[in-house]
Amino acid sequence: MSWLSTVIKACYFIAALLFILGLKRMSSPRTARGGIVWAGYGMLLAVLATFFLPDMHNRELIIAAVLVGVSAAWWSGKRVAMTAMPQMVALYNGMGGGAAAAIGAVELIGHVRHEELLHAGVATLAPLTPVELALGVLGALIGAVSFSGSLIAFAKLQGWLDKRFVFPAQRAVNLLLLAAAAVLGIALASGYASVPLIALFFALALLFGLMMTLPIGGADMPVVISLYNAFTGLAVALEGFVLGNEAMIIAGTVVGAAGTLLTQLMAKAMNRSIGNVLFGSFGAAAGAAQAIDGAQKPIDASDAAVMMAYAERVVIVPGYGMAVAQAQHKVWEFAQLLIKRGVKVKFAIHPVAGRMPGHMNVLLAEAGVPYDLIADMDEINPEFAATDVALVIGANDVVNPLAKTDPASPIYGMPILDVSNAKHVIVVKRGKGTGFAGIENALFYAENARMLYGDGQAAAGQLVNELKTLDD
Amino acid sequence: MIDGFLALYIFMLAAFCGYEIIARVPVILHTPLMSGSNFIHGIVLVGAMIALGHAQTPFEMAIGFLGVLLGAGNAAGGYVVTERMLEMFKSSKPTIGKESK
Repeated sequence: MSWLSTVIKACYFIAALLFILGLKRMSSPRTARGGIVWAGYGMLLAVLATFFLPDMHNRELIIAAVLVGVSAAWWSGKRVAMTAMPQMVALYNGMGGGAAAAIGAVELIGHVRHEELLHAGVATLAPLTPVELALGVLGALIGAVSFSGSLIAFAKLQGWLDKRFVFPAQRAVNLLLLAAAAVLGIALASGYASVPLIALFFALALLFGLMMTLPIGGADMPVVISLYNAFTGLAVALEGFVLGNEAMIIAGTVVGAAGTLLTQLMAKAMNRSIGNVLFGSFGAAAGAAQAIDGAQKPIDASDAAVMMAYAERVVIVPGYGMAVAQAQHKVWEFAQLLIKRGVKVKFAIHPVAGRMPGHMNVLLAEAGVPYDLIADMDEINPEFAATDVALVIGANDVVNPLAKTDPASPIYGMPILDVSNAKHVIVVKRGKGTGFAGIENALFYAENARMLYGDGQAAAGQLVNELKTLDD
Repeated sequence: MIDGFLALYIFMLAAFCGYEIIARVPVILHTPLMSGSNFIHGIVLVGAMIALGHAQTPFEMAIGFLGVLLGAGNAAGGYVVTERMLEMFKSSKPTIGKESK
């Protein structure tokens, strides 16, 4: 090994170390910010070292692609609103999966070319060994599925694809697609590799990722994104084996394992198994759901403000709708006015409020809400009985009592915030329609619930103004 | 190429490592961590660079180019998004009690 190779290998080692230490630091709020910076240095080091690998060609192309890719992603990542973070994670994750699939494609095509040259008696690089071939094919399959699946997840969260795409025998068709891709993959790995076959293999894998993700409802997307994140990690590790790159193996495997656990934690928070998310037909049972009696009872902003101003305890339950309306700052302003009047205010956060676990905490932190006012579900649920007013703003499924009472409901069994135990519930909602998951909410028809119709931002603004006039 | 069993050992240890790191994480960090791990598999960029660096036909080069493009997007985008999210964790602390807008 020349000294250059040694230095490069050492750089990869340090990069892998920085990734692990960075991830470790990211897992505690105090050190989290330093963690991403450490990992960033690791990435920089690994990329720089790669430029100096011996017998690398196409350096101009590499530099061009890196510059274009980095600047496009940097620009989009800086500009995107905090509420849109989950779909951006999906998008960047899909790119990683696509890159892993591209590596697999280049290696496979190169393998075919080397074999042809060898047959023709021309000296060339050795083709891949059977094990490398098998791992490369597997990595390419997983990467391609993660790529097309993540793009669908992105499109769904972005609101470009709001229809759930369901047709009869969908599961059988998907299974057939996967089986076909797997059979082709086995054929490729066992020596029948040719360029048309490789192309067909990738087409099937991409189509499977597409078809698998299309029927999944938007509410389940966080679990899906997290799963694809783990997929991409695994694909990267597998391609790392093929390329003999230790940094890729370690980073990819760490992410694969961490992502799998994270996916389990998220699915558990929603009381759904991963299999149920992927293969259950979410929302298909809606027809059989219980009919809800009664009517939604409206309230105007001044009555709502008075009710809370003279309450002892108010719990604010924010949901993604609040964040979409950019209302978190106004809501915090309102909460501060209440606190000034001596009302005990808390924010209750469901584990999957927002689009991903912890997303709502990030959004409230952005608005400046201190941590000690934020309570999680297990902590706040017993307190609702002693709460005068629960203000639900932009949340829907996470407060839906049907999750407890209606076995036919698609969200049956999901733990919810028991806001209906509060003496009064005020729901800020844009209109009378169903929420993100398309499920009717029994809370809105409950005896103690009042609806404050309006955009979250506008409604919070009105509440603030009403409170201020009370003070005058 | 790495020896097969050695690779298997690396795989096993790295998997345990990833699992252990995430095992005791508070819910508030789940989103940033997902984003952070998304950044870390941006190391795929290195592999894509190697693949493009070894590509010889225009077809291989085109796919390799696409791979590097996507990998660079994964790494850069993952970093920016994670950094922006974690930045808020810093700024939220001193505001306790003194926010008076």
